[in-house]
Parts: sequence; C-alpha cells; structure tokens
Amino acid sequence: MEFKTLLFYLFSTITVLAALRVITARNPVHAVLFLVLAFFNVAGLWMLLQAEFLSLALVMVYVGAVMVLFLFVVMMLDINIERVRAGFWSNLPLGILVGGLLAAEMAVVLSGRYFGLANLPPQNLPANYSNTKELARVLFTDYAYPFEIASVILLVAIIVAVMLTLRKRKDNKAMHSSDQIAVKARDRMRLVKMAPEVELPASAKEGDKA
Amino acid sequence: MIPLSHYLILAAILFVISVIGIFLNRKNLIVLLMAIELMLLAVNLNFVAFSHYLNDLSGQLFVFFILVVAAAESGIGLAILVVLFRNLSSIDVEDLDSLKG
Repeated sequence: MEFKTLLFYLFSTITVLAALRVITARNPVHAVLFLVLAFFNVAGLWMLLQAEFLSLALVMVYVGAVMVLFLFVVMMLDINIERVRAGFWSNLPLGILVGGLLAAEMAVVLSGRYFGLANLPPQNLPANYSNTKELARVLFTDYAYPFEIASVILLVAIIVAVMLTLRKRKDNKAMHSSDQIAVKARDRMRLVKMAPEVELPASAKEGDKA
Repeated sequence: MIPLSHYLILAAILFVISVIGIFLNRKNLIVLLMAIELMLLAVNLNFVAFSHYLNDLSGQLFVFFILVVAAAESGIGLAILVVLFRNLSSIDVEDLDSLKG
C-alpha cells in the first residue's frame, strides 16, 4: 500500500469519527473541539489533493478564527444541557431514514464506474508548480469582481455582528464630544420676562399675622 | 493512487452525518450551526477533489468563496445566537415561537 493511500485512510477515518462525535457529544465545548479535529484532518486531505493554499487557509481561518469564535460563544452561554438533551435519540430513526436515503442515492451516482481513474484526465503537473501562485493568477484576473463582492460580504458581516450585539447601557454617563462642541450660549441660558418683585412694607406683614 | 470516488464517498459520508446531526440536535441551536459547518466542509471536499482530478482551478476558487460566505454566516449566526440568549436565556429552538399565530 502506498504511503499516500495510508494517509488518506488515516485522515478520513479520523474525520468521520470526529464528525460522529460532533453530533453526539454531550458537552458543546467537546463538540467544538471535535469539529476542530475534523477540520484539521480535512485540511490534511486537501494537502493530499495538492490544494496547499486552501488547506492552510482552512487551518488558519477556520480553525484559528471561526472555531475560536464558536468556542467563545459556547463558553459565554450558560446552556441547560439536560433540557436540550431531552428526547435526543427520539428522532434518530427519522434521521437514519433520511440519511440512509441520501447515502444510497449518492452511492449509486458516486460508484467507481463514473468517477474511477480511467475516466479522468491524467495528472501532469510540473515539479515547480505553485498552487498558491496559480490560484492567485485566476483569482485576480477571471474572478476579480467576485473577489471584490466577497470582501463586501465580509464587511457587511462585520457591521452586522457588531450592530446585533451592541448594547446601550442605561446608566451610561459618557459625553458626546461633538454635542459638547456644537453647543451655543443661547442653548445654555434663557432670558425670561416677568413682573418685578416688590418688597412689601413691614406693617403689611404684621397686619397679615394679626 | 486514490480514485476520485473515494473522496466523493468520504464527502457523502460527512454530509449524511451532518444531516443526521441536524435531526438529533434539533433543540440545540449551536450544534445545528456546527452541523451546517460540517455540511459545508463536505461540499468543499467535493469541490477540491474534482478540482484536483480535472486539473481545473475553478473548483478551488469556489471553495475560497464558500469559505468567505461560511465565515460570514457563522459570524452573523453566532451574533444572533448571543442576542437570542440575552433575551430568552435559552438556545432551545422550541422557545423561538414568538411569531407563532
């Protein structure tokens, strides 16, 4: 058995086991950590498929950023596991039915008859082939506009995430410096017209008391 | 050399596992999000495998864009989850019935 074949089976076995643990783990923190394991092994598989840039991007962006975000949120929330786990296995028969149907349909299509090695073009990559360089060449020429749209999507996601979780405190005493600068003297002081106050003579006051 | 169908079958297994995960964890919103991530991973694996075996880089570019959209989706999804937990103190999907007639 070739070494790459061995690696393929190792990575895929660990991926499948980790995915099974993701959906059955009792503690959500364990589920996130098993998802990290699955992502790592799929990154290894992509490395076997000579997609080096995406493999490293998966480890850095997904494991490094998105999964850590998941971990933060899971650890921040106080989840009542008993309530969430109630009736956990009751939908298993339905899930297995749907999943089995999906798997059977995909097995019919994906059998070696259509996707075996004989039906595919041969691999003839030169020794100094750089996956990242070729990917960048296509990305910045043919796919320049989708690339820009992707950056806008990320910007929108940043703004939405900040705006959704922003919370205004009611006892906040911070000043708006622009409001402070914009204030005028007439906003601060108001001149009121009123009748003059007259000091009453002392005899009138004594008369009131009597 | 490993045939393409092996990769496709692995991706199919991953996809089916995450579909079953959605059925099992129908109450726990955060594990539902994780199952969706797993599904996207299976689809990406298909894309990369086809891209490699057909000598066409477009598949890997699609994976790039899927990663962008998936990152945005999970970021916004988790933000909504945090707001939800702040208001309801629960992430049970069955509590999200305020629009129910």
